[in-house]
Amino acid sequence: MLNKKTLAAATLAAALVVAGCATAPAPAELDQQALAMLKASFRDQGIAKVDRLEQDLGQKACSSDKPPAESVAKQIEAEAMASVRWPEGGRYLGDWREGEKLAQNGRGMTWTDASADPKANGASCYNCHQIDKKEISYGTIGPSLWNYGKLRGVKDAADPASAAIVQYTWGKLWNSKAYAACSNMPRFGHMKLLNEEQLRHVMALLLDPKSPVNQ
Amino acid sequence: MRRLLLTAALAAACASAFAQKSAADGIAEYRAMLADGNPAELFEAKGEELWKKKRGPKNASLERCDLGKGPGVVKGAWVELPRWFADTNKVQDLESRLLTCMETLQGLSAAEIAKTPFGRGEQANMEALAAWISAESRGSRMNLPQGHAEERRMYELGKRAFFFRGGPMDFSCATCHGEEGKRIRLQELPNLTKNPGDGIGFAAWPAYRVSSGELWSMQRRLNDCYRQQRFPYPGYASDVTIALGVYMGVNAKGAEAIAPAIKR
Repeated sequence: MLNKKTLAAATLAAALVVAGCATAPAPAELDQQALAMLKASFRDQGIAKVDRLEQDLGQKACSSDKPPAESVAKQIEAEAMASVRWPEGGRYLGDWREGEKLAQNGRGMTWTDASADPKANGASCYNCHQIDKKEISYGTIGPSLWNYGKLRGVKDAADPASAAIVQYTWGKLWNSKAYAACSNMPRFGHMKLLNEEQLRHVMALLLDPKSPVNQ
Repeated sequence: MRRLLLTAALAAACASAFAQKSAADGIAEYRAMLADGNPAELFEAKGEELWKKKRGPKNASLERCDLGKGPGVVKGAWVELPRWFADTNKVQDLESRLLTCMETLQGLSAAEIAKTPFGRGEQANMEALAAWISAESRGSRMNLPQGHAEERRMYELGKRAFFFRGGPMDFSCATCHGEEGKRIRLQELPNLTKNPGDGIGFAAWPAYRVSSGELWSMQRRLNDCYRQQRFPYPGYASDVTIALGVYMGVNAKGAEAIAPAIKR
């Protein structure tokens, strides 16, 4: 009697486990199904090809509602830092006027854009940041950059005293993940969204003491 | 003429807003002002006519179409979509369900319609149908079913798609829609990982877009999100779009539907 009951209970438990498996796939299995679903759902259009769905380490590790493990974050940041290409001849600053134009321009890299050449792209800065206070149409996903250089004591970008902040800013623009593994900010240099000359102009907008941003 | 008036109204609303109060207040005021004469009504009227009209190789109307609450029941259907359907054994959103009905009842080709660019041919009809059907749930609260295993599985896949980062700018849906109180330029961004509130986010689309004078369905809205995300092109009614609909719709449970809303 007891044996029969135990057997019945075991059978029921086994049936529940099977039913459970059938109705609720394990998280790792869902991860695989999601990747297969994405692969099947997208197609090439213009310059936007399906290879844009192939994730690198950082994109993969930052694709959930939980941050990656500390060790993974450190690895992403170290690899990003190593990827930074420093400007030729140590020339960090261009023309802030050109930088402002780039900051205003949010175009580029969509399937309706004809070319993926950096020259066709804007820097999209105002989409997410306050920069020059005169522009009231700014986004708030990133921090305010008003008085960026002034607040950091940059009186002359060529002065060795300013070297650390100038280099940090270049690194942040080139590959934002060098300083925060899952930063929301695009990797403008690393992903070839902007070329060196364009980056210098954006640098000037932020760091040139004559830039309206630092008044 | 209407477009011109709307543009002028926008300019006026913005100008006064910048002078006196936050731009967001001004835009909200402008939207409220427009809501009295939401041009989506024109699309709704066309959609109702299309629902009842005999069309296609089978010369049939859509009046026997089952949107989840039984053949022909339109009221309250939209706030329960996407959901699982026994006949197709699939979770379907409003538009993929309409594709099924247009094919089975009217004999139109679902594949052809899915390939048609937005705003043209049968896609323009689809937008009108989506406008009317969503309007028939106006004032109801989002209430997507999660009773079927496939509905729960699609929620999980939609969540993964929502957080999936890729493309040249490393964006995911969550980059813009994962936090409270953020903006792109002046555009406020709802947090779609939870219920963003009555008439916000999933509960507002389809919507009439003043800037383009078009009625955008949820499929079209998602398509443009992915364009701006710098992703490749999502197929019309593809699984990723439906999974995202389940994720956002379930998260919005209890939010009041105002679709078709009016947008900038």
